[in-house]
Parts: sequence; structure tokens; C-alpha cells
Amino acid sequence: MLIKKTDDIASSEITPERDYLNRRNFIRGGLLAGTAAATTLLYRRLAVPAGSSRPVTGSSSTGPTSNLTTDQGESSTSFEDITNYNNFYEFSTSKEGVAARARNFVTRPWTVEVTGLVKRPRVFDLEELLRLGVEERLYRFRCVEAWSMVIPWLGIPLARLIDQVEPLGNASFVAFQTLFDPQRMPNQRTSVLDWPYVEGLRLDEARHPLTLLSTGLYGQPLLPQNGAPIRLVVPWKYGFKSIKSIVRIELTDRQPKTTWGDYAPDEYGFYSNVNPDVAHPRWSQARERRIGEWVMRDTLPFNGYAEQVASLYQGMDLRRYY
Amino acid sequence: MFTRQRPDPSLFPRLLFFVNAALPALLLGWDSFNGRLGTNPQEYLIRTTGMLTLILMTATLTISPLVKITRSPALLPMMKVRRMAGLFTFFYAALHALSYSWFDKELDVRLIVADLLRRPFIFLGMFAFILLVPLAITSTKRMVRRLGGRRWNLLHRLVYLSAIAASVHYYLLVRADKLLPLAFATTLFLLLLWRGRDWSRRIGQP
Repeated sequence: MLIKKTDDIASSEITPERDYLNRRNFIRGGLLAGTAAATTLLYRRLAVPAGSSRPVTGSSSTGPTSNLTTDQGESSTSFEDITNYNNFYEFSTSKEGVAARARNFVTRPWTVEVTGLVKRPRVFDLEELLRLGVEERLYRFRCVEAWSMVIPWLGIPLARLIDQVEPLGNASFVAFQTLFDPQRMPNQRTSVLDWPYVEGLRLDEARHPLTLLSTGLYGQPLLPQNGAPIRLVVPWKYGFKSIKSIVRIELTDRQPKTTWGDYAPDEYGFYSNVNPDVAHPRWSQARERRIGEWVMRDTLPFNGYAEQVASLYQGMDLRRYY
Repeated sequence: MFTRQRPDPSLFPRLLFFVNAALPALLLGWDSFNGRLGTNPQEYLIRTTGMLTLILMTATLTISPLVKITRSPALLPMMKVRRMAGLFTFFYAALHALSYSWFDKELDVRLIVADLLRRPFIFLGMFAFILLVPLAITSTKRMVRRLGGRRWNLLHRLVYLSAIAASVHYYLLVRADKLLPLAFATTLFLLLLWRGRDWSRRIGQP
């Protein structure tokens, strides 16, 4: 049997001093490592570069390619960039966050109601629209935020759809509306914008051969973040005019309300044609950053489509009708 | 044997702050080196350095109220972290101003000046940054002595003006969804309010 000796107890009185220091160093080391880990995690969570969440499963990292080039010899922006850097406030106000939050957006069944001042108002099923004849078009896409891409769209010329419903003589504008369904488009529960998103064109702009109702890009059906299953593409106007996930198209005799135009009338005009000479209060618009390029390039009038569309605006003061 | 010198109690808080404030810069540098800045790297760099500036600035301005409100002796050494916090704010602000001037304006002075005159939010941002320059220059102990505590304190109140300009700058540049800018502005407002009360109390004392 062991019997405690008194000097054993005495020696244990000394150790706490070292233990005390060790314990303090241990806590400090833990604090240092813990906060560093927390800072790193927080930074990784908050400062997410586009594309790092990679929502497109099953496709290779480079994605599909297109061998089209534009009239100016530009080749298309990568599939990954086009599908991971999106302004789609119905899902997220962060361009990097849209792809992940839109991933499970269900787009079938889908119908588009075409109504208003037309002889034959009609509800089209998406499959019926696709049967109108899908074409591939490589367009420059210029966002009002001064960045741009080149996108190989698939789509139906909008004029073809308009012909189907036979506009009445007094129809002079076309109004578009995005789906309103906060269950499926979660950010519609916030009041960031006045939902549903609406846009509009003059009828002659809508019927212009460049104007497209897009259903896909890079040879595939549109992904939710790009406005699936059907969106407008008006390549000579700023991107926000190209309304996404359309459910309703109405022909009218007056200029339709537009979401951004209502939000800030002095910033976003009804026409919003790409114009390097008319500055936005926040972006100069004289130049743009082409995604994938380091140095900014000059922005072209009507986004480089002046030859095709300038005549639509003959005699108009484009500074006033910005 | 027992005459061990007591280490500076602010040493560890400063180390802790240094590591955590430097980490984002390291991560940003690492991502840049690996080309992992996303689809629009220039915009990502400008935006991230701007956000880090605001976060560091808010942290800097939170230290004094925190220590004074809690009156916790354990937190007292944090007062000595403020200089480093301010310098980190300046560091990120400088990166932010540089990346804007470089990536958006290609270091073209005429383009920058034109932008400053045309766009209030750019003007306010640059104003907020320039106000920090004299503060960074006079941050050394020698400069404190040279200026004298009173004048130094007065000069360093410029940080409040800079913070107001910075938060308005952020508010103006966001297209919609002003939640985060408003959160920063509110935090800043509360911190300034507390300081205002603190000052008026001290002036009221005999």
C-alpha cells in the first residue's frame, strides 16, 4: 500500500505555475488558430468568385464550345462564364449567387400568354413555340454595368411569334412579364424590385429581325440562371431589357411600364440602347469590360448593330430618349 | 528566478488582430496567383478590397466604444490594437483605390479626374481614402509626440468624416438591394452617436 509523503504534496504546489502558463499558451494558441480558421471560412463564404460553386453537374469544366464568330471576328465567351455570372434578381442580387440559387427552378410545364391588341390572342405551350423554328445567333451582350459577353443563343425571331397572333392596327408597343412565383423565385419574397419584372419594346423594335426569343445557348436548352425556359434577347440594348423567364406578352397602344425605369427613371430609360455617348450616373458607358479580357474596350453605338438598327431611331434625340 | 518581466499585455491581442486582418489579403493574393477570381476578376478585386476596407474601418471604430462600454479590464489591451486596425483599413483602402484606378481607369489621370467630377460616389470614395492618408502618415509614435496629443487627436477625428463618406459611397454604388449598405451606415451612425455622447459628457465635466 502506498502512503502519501508530505513532500509529494509540496512539489505539486510548484507545478501549477507552469501549468498556468501552459494553459494560457494553450488557450492563446487555440484562439489564434480558431479565429484564423473562422476568418478564412467567413471570407470563403462571403467573397465567392463566380463559377466556384459550379452548379452545372455532368458537363466538363470547359463546357460546350461554339465555332461561330461575330461579324467582328469575336469568339464566344466561355459557357462557364455565361452560366455563372448573371443578373437575375428574382434569385439573388449577387451575380455570383444566381446559378446556385436557381439550380432547382422547374421550367416545365411552361406557357406563354400572348394577348392584348391582337386578332388571335393565344396561350402557347413552350413546345409549340419551339416548333416555330429555332435558329442559332451569336450576339454581343452588353450589360448596363459596363461588362459584356459574346453569346451563342438559340432562339425564335420574335417577329415570327407576333405574326402568329396578328397584331391590330393600333398596336404599337409590346409589354413582357416575368413569372411571379415567390415559391420558385425566392428573392421575389423581398422588395428589392417591384415584382413581377416587366419590360417593353416598341412594336417595330420587337419585330426587328435581330430580336430573339431565346430558348437556349451553346446548343443546349437555357439554364435557369440565364432565363429559362424562354427569354428576350435584344442585342443592341442594355442587358436588363432582355427580360427572362417570360410568361406573358401583351401588345398595347401605349409605352409599357418597365421595372428598372420605374425604379430609377433618370438611370434607366425606356429605350436603353447601348450608347457610349450617354453616361449612366454610375457607369460611364464609353467603355466596357469584355469578360475574359484584361483591358477594357470601347463600347460601340447600338452595341455594334448600328447598321441594322439605327434607322429605327431616325430623327430621335438619343440623349433625350436614352 | 521570479523576477520574470511581465510581457506587454497588448502583444497577444495585436498578434490576434494582425493574423485575422492580414488573412483576407493573403487569401486574395493566393486566389489571384491561382487565377481564381471568377468571371470578372477586376470587378471582384475592386469589390472585395472595398468590402474589406469597410469591415476593417468598422472594426477600428468599434474598439474604443466596446472597451469603454464594457469597462472590462480584460479588454483594455485592445485599445493598443487601434493603430494597427487603422493601418489595415488604410492598407485595404489603398488596394481598393489602386485597383479602381488601374483596372477601371488604366491609371489614366484624365479618366480618373473626369470620373471624380461626374460621379458623386467615386468622388466620395476617393475623398474617404484621401482623408486616411494623413492619418496613416501620423500614425507613428514619433508623429504623435511631434504633433502633441491634443492636436493629434483632433486630426484623427478625420476618420469619422472618412467613414461617413465611405458608407455613403457604398450606398450610392449599389443598384438595388441596399440592405448591406444600410447595415454599415447604421452601425457607423450608432458608433458616432455613442462618441458624440461620450464627448459631450466629457466637455460637460469641470
